[in-house]
Amino acid sequence: MSSGRVWKFGNDVTTDVLAPGIYIKLPIEELASHCLETVDSKFAGSVIPGDYVVGGKNFGMGSSREQAAQVLKILGVTAVLAPSFGGIFYRNAFNLGLPAIILPNTDRIDDGQNLDIDLHAGKISNLSTGEELIGEAVPENLLAIVEAGGLVPFLETKFKQNDN
Amino acid sequence: MGKTIAEKIIANAADRDSVLPGEIVTCAVDLAMIHDSGGPRRVQPTMEKLGIGLWDPEKIVLVSDHFAPCTDAESASILKLTREWAAENGINNFYDQLGICHVVTPERGHLSPGMFAVGGDSHSPTGGAFGTYMFGIGATDMLGVLVTGKTWIKVPQTIRINWSGELGIGIAAKDMALKMCASLGMDGGDYQAVQYSGTAIERLGMMERMTLCNMAAELGAQVGIVEPDETTATYVTDAGGDPGNWAGFRSDPDASYKITHDFDASNLPPQVAAPHTPANAISVENADKDKIDQFYIGACTGAKLNDLEMAATVLKGNRVATGKRLTIAPASTQILKTATKQGIVEILLDAGASLLPPGCGACAGYGVGILAEEEVCLASTARNFQGRMGASSSRVFLASPFTVAASSVTGHISDPREMLAS
Repeated sequence: MSSGRVWKFGNDVTTDVLAPGIYIKLPIEELASHCLETVDSKFAGSVIPGDYVVGGKNFGMGSSREQAAQVLKILGVTAVLAPSFGGIFYRNAFNLGLPAIILPNTDRIDDGQNLDIDLHAGKISNLSTGEELIGEAVPENLLAIVEAGGLVPFLETKFKQNDN
Repeated sequence: MGKTIAEKIIANAADRDSVLPGEIVTCAVDLAMIHDSGGPRRVQPTMEKLGIGLWDPEKIVLVSDHFAPCTDAESASILKLTREWAAENGINNFYDQLGICHVVTPERGHLSPGMFAVGGDSHSPTGGAFGTYMFGIGATDMLGVLVTGKTWIKVPQTIRINWSGELGIGIAAKDMALKMCASLGMDGGDYQAVQYSGTAIERLGMMERMTLCNMAAELGAQVGIVEPDETTATYVTDAGGDPGNWAGFRSDPDASYKITHDFDASNLPPQVAAPHTPANAISVENADKDKIDQFYIGACTGAKLNDLEMAATVLKGNRVATGKRLTIAPASTQILKTATKQGIVEILLDAGASLLPPGCGACAGYGVGILAEEEVCLASTARNFQGRMGASSSRVFLASPFTVAASSVTGHISDPREMLAS
């Protein structure tokens, strides 16, 4: 994809921390400015497009609110990597065009390092250490959705094809 | 080889003779449940952009519960948009401010054994109590369902959780759920199907089964499900639904499970989960006597009729401690009506409780009754994640309605069995 800085978080990052309920009524850009503030007050203001979020196990557990994935997308995060994800967050991320990559050994990646990833090959290059890591293959149906830019553009193309 | 209830329902929905765990299949959806927060306001702009309509308005249940009743101009406009969308799209199954979707949908007869259903909310596994395969999805996923009537699923393995024995006095399904969170972890369900079995489960009424299935989400499972039986069929019939061939949706005796976990209900003490995860659950005897500001009985998890009954059993003849507040938000208007008829509401009010309108209330920080900075709450809800119920420094402990009610009398975390014995 492209190289970017790593923002590293611990286990069990919840949707309440990613997209806090008390700000859920606000426009998505404002909600995004509160993303992860409970655990890292600097993140939302410092993350730049192209960066990566690396989490611990069960990343995105909790609510079905897809704003939890959408705020990361809006802040420009290229992909989220974690040893496991909350099941609903995982689906939501792909639907919104944000790849979620299951990577067992995220302990090989530290905060502030630089990564580059090859989604098709499931290869993650840690540019800071030179190490190459292999994530779990993304299922074909989800690869198709994320490559279209998310479920909406994917459906748009599909419905257009049906019209022709 | 035998099939589990999950495999039977998914094969049926995928129009296949059988399915294997790990396969990705496309399923026809029997029912899509949406609410004011993740529903119309999130899908309407995209539906307009795509220029396509709903696949079947009769298979959609819409409930305004998260922002109901509204608390400011923003939430008022969300509810207004929801009403307008329901009218424009011909949604007949629209329940406006009548309670929480996970409770209103089955109590109005919309769920029955063998159905394949999705809900635009993570507590959707609640539907598993009715022998429905029901899971939560996000708004864009839901949009796909609303316009195509289909969704994809990776066929799960089934994790069987056996509960033997019988719950003691003052112990509830909520204690069972918290115990499982602590023992199996918040990812113990591994996004697979959790099936609750055993004599203790068979003895539970429908509302207690709902609590267990509801908190399958806290185990990280895709669904929690109880095999349908006479108890299920009776509830569904009374609610105006059709239990159909419910016996055909029980797991086969030779079905295979990923793993079976065994628990004994007879020895289970009341559980309390400290902030900020249900997995922190420990026996009430070992819990610190933390200072609590708000005692909260609410949510799809903890404010159904039997939850209010539990609170009333403890509170009868007792008073909420001076300087403390006990706030109760019944899960639906129908529950509130029955609880009023049965004298439960009077007992709660006599004890000094304040009553909130039916709805999601404070649970997720969207509605009324939320916490200020540094405040501490003991709640019958499902989740106590950091910042969930209000200000980011607020803290939430979780327990059963028995324990919340008993603690509201003493002012600190207390064992309801002592109060019930006296």
